[in-house]
Amino acid sequence: MGPLPAAARVYIACAVLAAAVCAVPLARSAPGVPWGALVLLAGVCAVCERLPRRPLTLPVLLAAAVLLPPAAAGLAAVPGGLAGRVGRRPVAVRRLWHAAQLSLATGAASYVYGLGGPRPVTAPAFPRALGPALAAALVLALVLAVLEGGVLVTAEGRSPRTAWRDALPGALVPPLAQGPTGLLVAVVWHSPYGPPAALLVLLPMALSSWVLDRCRRERAAHRATVRALVQAVDLKDAYTRGHSERVGRASVLIARELGMRGERLEALRFAGTLHDVGKIGVPTRVLRKNGPLTPEERRLIELHPEYGHEMVRGIGFLDEARDAILHHHERLDGTGYPYGLTGHQIPEAARVVAVADAFDAMTSTRSYSRARPVPAALAELHRCAGSHFDPRMVAALTRALDRYGWHPAVPASRNVPLDQCPARTAAGGGA
Amino acid sequence: MTPSAVRCVHALAGAVAVGALAWTAWRGVAQPRVALAYGMLIALGEAARRRPRSGGGLRETAPLGAAGTLAYALLGEVGGEPTSHGAPQVVAVVLGATLAGAVGRPPALDRLARRVIGAGFAAVCFQPLHASGVLGTWPAHSPYYALFLLLLLALTALCDAVIAAALARARAGGGAYGPALRRELRELPGVGSAIGATGAVMALAVAAAGLWALPVFCVPLLVTQLSVHRYEAARATRRQTVASLARTTEIAGYTPAGHARRVAALSRAVGRELGLSGAELTVLEYGALMHDVGQLSLPDPVPAGATEPLPPEERRRIARLGGAVVRRTGVPPEVVLVVERQADPYRDQPLTARIVRTVNAYDDLAADPACGPLRALERLRLATAYDHEPRVVEALATVLARGGPAPPGP
Repeated sequence: MGPLPAAARVYIACAVLAAAVCAVPLARSAPGVPWGALVLLAGVCAVCERLPRRPLTLPVLLAAAVLLPPAAAGLAAVPGGLAGRVGRRPVAVRRLWHAAQLSLATGAASYVYGLGGPRPVTAPAFPRALGPALAAALVLALVLAVLEGGVLVTAEGRSPRTAWRDALPGALVPPLAQGPTGLLVAVVWHSPYGPPAALLVLLPMALSSWVLDRCRRERAAHRATVRALVQAVDLKDAYTRGHSERVGRASVLIARELGMRGERLEALRFAGTLHDVGKIGVPTRVLRKNGPLTPEERRLIELHPEYGHEMVRGIGFLDEARDAILHHHERLDGTGYPYGLTGHQIPEAARVVAVADAFDAMTSTRSYSRARPVPAALAELHRCAGSHFDPRMVAALTRALDRYGWHPAVPASRNVPLDQCPARTAAGGGA
Repeated sequence: MTPSAVRCVHALAGAVAVGALAWTAWRGVAQPRVALAYGMLIALGEAARRRPRSGGGLRETAPLGAAGTLAYALLGEVGGEPTSHGAPQVVAVVLGATLAGAVGRPPALDRLARRVIGAGFAAVCFQPLHASGVLGTWPAHSPYYALFLLLLLALTALCDAVIAAALARARAGGGAYGPALRRELRELPGVGSAIGATGAVMALAVAAAGLWALPVFCVPLLVTQLSVHRYEAARATRRQTVASLARTTEIAGYTPAGHARRVAALSRAVGRELGLSGAELTVLEYGALMHDVGQLSLPDPVPAGATEPLPPEERRRIARLGGAVVRRTGVPPEVVLVVERQADPYRDQPLTARIVRTVNAYDDLAADPACGPLRALERLRLATAYDHEPRVVEALATVLARGGPAPPGP
């Protein structure tokens, strides 16, 4: 990334200046400021900023907003901003910006809380303080999101619409949980058990974010397992390399166009990716044979949908998408295999995968044919729609390609071949 | 038939529950508002709980209920006012709330027994001290109070581990108690203990801020509970996918039907016999399931899928290819190591790979009608100089003498 645009520099300078101006009242009333609490909160905030995904930063900042007057709360947020993890350059400017952002947001939250909430807050005052604390949490999230949008507009040239309107609604949900937690920290802080007990209150939040993170990693691991299953096929039949994943992606394009969402879409992605997994059951010498196949060999190859169906039988979550693997070689006019189903006897998922499979087969280079351009492949699909393919699926694919385009190259990190030879992926993915 | 250890634990829990209920009925419920708040919290946690899927993983599936239970047992004050509910009332409220939350789908008896005994233990440790006023002199209202609660929590966790080990051992069909307890103790620093600590924090926060703290804690704990469910679902799906991957060699005709599954089950039993932890057992299971994947690279299947007669160099090449596929599954590197090293002599292998190698050889040999199970074990014993580790072979013999791997526990 190049140097920062001038607009971004001015924007960041303004934010830092504003944060500094907000801290001025501290100097005038230095003896009245609870410096001990300020330093402790600042330290805790700095530690929280170093955690992966920063789940505790906002509750700590909210506690600071409830405990401290605006100027002090703003100052308490500064070390956290400076200590935060920065992935990209320029590091110093990003740190400074982050500190100013957190400081302004916390100061604003503290000001809003001070309008109606008691300070210092004690146990009997909890219900009275809940409303102001929630308002402070919302203001904190709002100010952070607005400032963040500003820097996206000035530094990265995003359109204001995407920078603000798309980010705002999502940012306003977590504060509803973080606000009460921050308030509880503040209440326990002033109780006889003191600040150490107050910080323990953050434990449930840390736990929930940790478990969420493990959940996310487990799902990623599952996707990797599916890719490994595809890799196992590639051990036997190298020329399909990359084909499986591209069929998975094309299936998702079609299914999304047809209005499928959530689990069903995810299941269809896996079904598309695994559609040829049954080739494992076909003898290697038949798969690798160059030249025309005898009828006996053809029959062996035509068994692969049934092998595939048998293999994924145990994967509960695939559900109806399992049929896509069994029936992806059926044709609308009943000339396909394995069962010769016609029309709507063929499951919807199978009709999706059939179109995706044919499309990718035509647009990639095979040992027996060169890749065709996308429009020619679509024309061919339209020609066979009604006899081989479901016209609805072909139309959906056409619409989806118009909208998103077709990017056959699979990201390198996801498809490095077994023998670490990038040239072979390129050969499989050429379009 | 229920093993006697299980019956003992159930009887103990039943006695504690009946005693507590009788006491509470006799004395009446002290501070019903507090009891009701905690009861509702625990019942909510139980109601939001789904049936755990088979297999281990994150062990506690109802964080809200578990944390609420401990929080009530360790509760000494509500917003500065001392509480007067004794240990029997804790058990009675926890039991009632757990049953009320699980109406229509009764909880597993083992789990219920563990919860009742755990709640009783924590309450008996804390409530008499609190009632006698000893806690007023030390730690009183100082920050050490939190430390004191965490200490009690550790004791409760130990008590729970002792009972869980007894139950697990009985359910697995016998075996030594030592390895079972070691395994439970090694599982302690996990999400279960974090949930327990949350319970102690809840007791502390309620003592300082009153009952308002309960709903505040509800949100993150419910998020945790839902994430745990989703985690378990993702884990189960992944396990199924790995099982499919393991079946590839069977469908391709490289290995006999059910081979991978048999090796996985027997390896797990041998690993348990050798005292491996839950995480190590999972590594063992995944490695055993996928140990033959490398054979897919052979142009033609080996007769009966047994790689034992192949030259060692060839076997190592197949193992390395299998390791390359398994590495893509995103399983821990230890699993890859099991697959990659399975053809090496045992002194170069990690323990998990030794187990898979020995069990795999046993399954190949025992399936051969010319050999049979007894002679297979004999041949493994003869090969302990170089290929198979004596300790593993003996553990395998012990497991087989017990009648093979036990069916998966509850």
